[in-house]
Amino acid sequence: MANYSTNEFRSGLKVMLDGDPCSILENEFVKPGKGQAFSRVKLRNLKTSRVLEKTFKSGESLEGADVMDQDMQYLYTDGDFWYFMEPDTFEQHQATENAVGDALQWLSEQDVCMVTLYNGSPLSVMPPNHVEIEIIETDPGLRGDTAQGGSKPAKLVTGAVVKVPLFLDQGDVIKVDTRTGEYQGRVK
Amino acid sequence: MNKWQPGASLNTLHRRAVMLSSIREFFKQRSVLEVEVPVLGRSTVTDLNINSIATSSEGAQGYLQTSPEYFMKRLLASGSGDIYSMGKAFRDGEIGVKHNPEFTMLEWYRCGWDDHQLMSEVAELMKLLLAGEDGTTCDVIKMSYADCFFDSLGFDPHSADLRDLQLLAAKLASDSWLDETRANCLDLIFSIQIETQLPLGVAIIYDFPECQAALAQMGQNSVGQTISRRFEAFLNGVEIANGYLELIDANEQALRFERDTEARKCLDRPTLGVDQNLLAALNSGIPACAGVAIGLDRLLMGILGVDSIDQALAFSWLRC
Repeated sequence: MANYSTNEFRSGLKVMLDGDPCSILENEFVKPGKGQAFSRVKLRNLKTSRVLEKTFKSGESLEGADVMDQDMQYLYTDGDFWYFMEPDTFEQHQATENAVGDALQWLSEQDVCMVTLYNGSPLSVMPPNHVEIEIIETDPGLRGDTAQGGSKPAKLVTGAVVKVPLFLDQGDVIKVDTRTGEYQGRVK
Repeated sequence: MNKWQPGASLNTLHRRAVMLSSIREFFKQRSVLEVEVPVLGRSTVTDLNINSIATSSEGAQGYLQTSPEYFMKRLLASGSGDIYSMGKAFRDGEIGVKHNPEFTMLEWYRCGWDDHQLMSEVAELMKLLLAGEDGTTCDVIKMSYADCFFDSLGFDPHSADLRDLQLLAAKLASDSWLDETRANCLDLIFSIQIETQLPLGVAIIYDFPECQAALAQMGQNSVGQTISRRFEAFLNGVEIANGYLELIDANEQALRFERDTEARKCLDRPTLGVDQNLLAALNSGIPACAGVAIGLDRLLMGILGVDSIDQALAFSWLRC
């Protein structure tokens, strides 16, 4: 991979830091009037999602990370791995539980997810922003109570638990925003 | 962002004009003469960490000046008396939220004054320019470089072991600081640990380390350590001014030029011919004086309370 110097650090650039792939969030040029210039950089470690702050001398460089984001269709799991397919090439990738992470609770077969590949293997998985999933467990629905007020927990077939209005029932399919985990509406 | 439009609002342009005229009035009342000196010169500074933009005229090498200092010192040596300059200065590669490669610098010299007298005048000018409509103005504090380190970090920067400074710098930044110079480690620690904790308003920091003298005379602090008679002013934690009890000894000046050139060679940076006209002026005799430079774009940022230099300039480099 190419090396990138501090003056090429841009938000979104993927670089290697201490052996881990990181994404640059911010790069501030700092220079005391008579002193040496340096860069204060905020990075997200793509393995741990932790945000780090590092200071580099101007002109220092970091190796680029072989990281790319790609839309892939979720196929199935065999319990050990979760399988994703590139829609154009039909190439399949197996992701570990660690890489799938929190996306696990939202994943339905056929969903198109954004998979981040690092050296060709899935590093993390982002579920679609909105998913439609069936409720498998909740208190019985209160018919006619479509007004606001009151909510109850509902367990979805994928494993997530979300707060839903009282009128919903087991077997209903609902739309959820995976970024917030919030109920968006019932799907007819 | 529409790139053709100015970064500064119309109100900012108005405030900028008021600032410039207030400064001219301030110096007029004090009988300090405004001078204009060249922005394009045949030589430039040798400072290790200041890069000039090179250009040429009919094949003759020239540089956009990084400050009016050398020309102003030649005027002082010619008997100008107290002078100030407000004009453009240029520094290659300085681009960021608080940096623009072209900026406006106010620089002035007071003959027969020392650095502390000049610090008082800087404070008066700041109070004037930062005064609100209700007559209240900013707080000004003054403290030594050593006290800043004592207060924030609990150690003395002048006597600290280089290895300890390198270890602290590496902890704050990255391992690449483990072999850095004393001056660079101190700058890093100051920028990260001290500058960010300075109080709102103006903070004037004086008695800089010996290794960061630049063009200041050496002196001794209250506990007998060798320090440089250099000061800086910060507005809301942002560096805005740098001043000296000026070095007036031509031999010492020539020596510092040589040291800069050696250091530049070691780091593979371009070496520059020293300004012989400045050395000749110092040789002919220059009055004892103190001088200071203030970055007016950053000062305006403080007056307006904006975070980015792009908002203080009609057209920053991003829009040029």
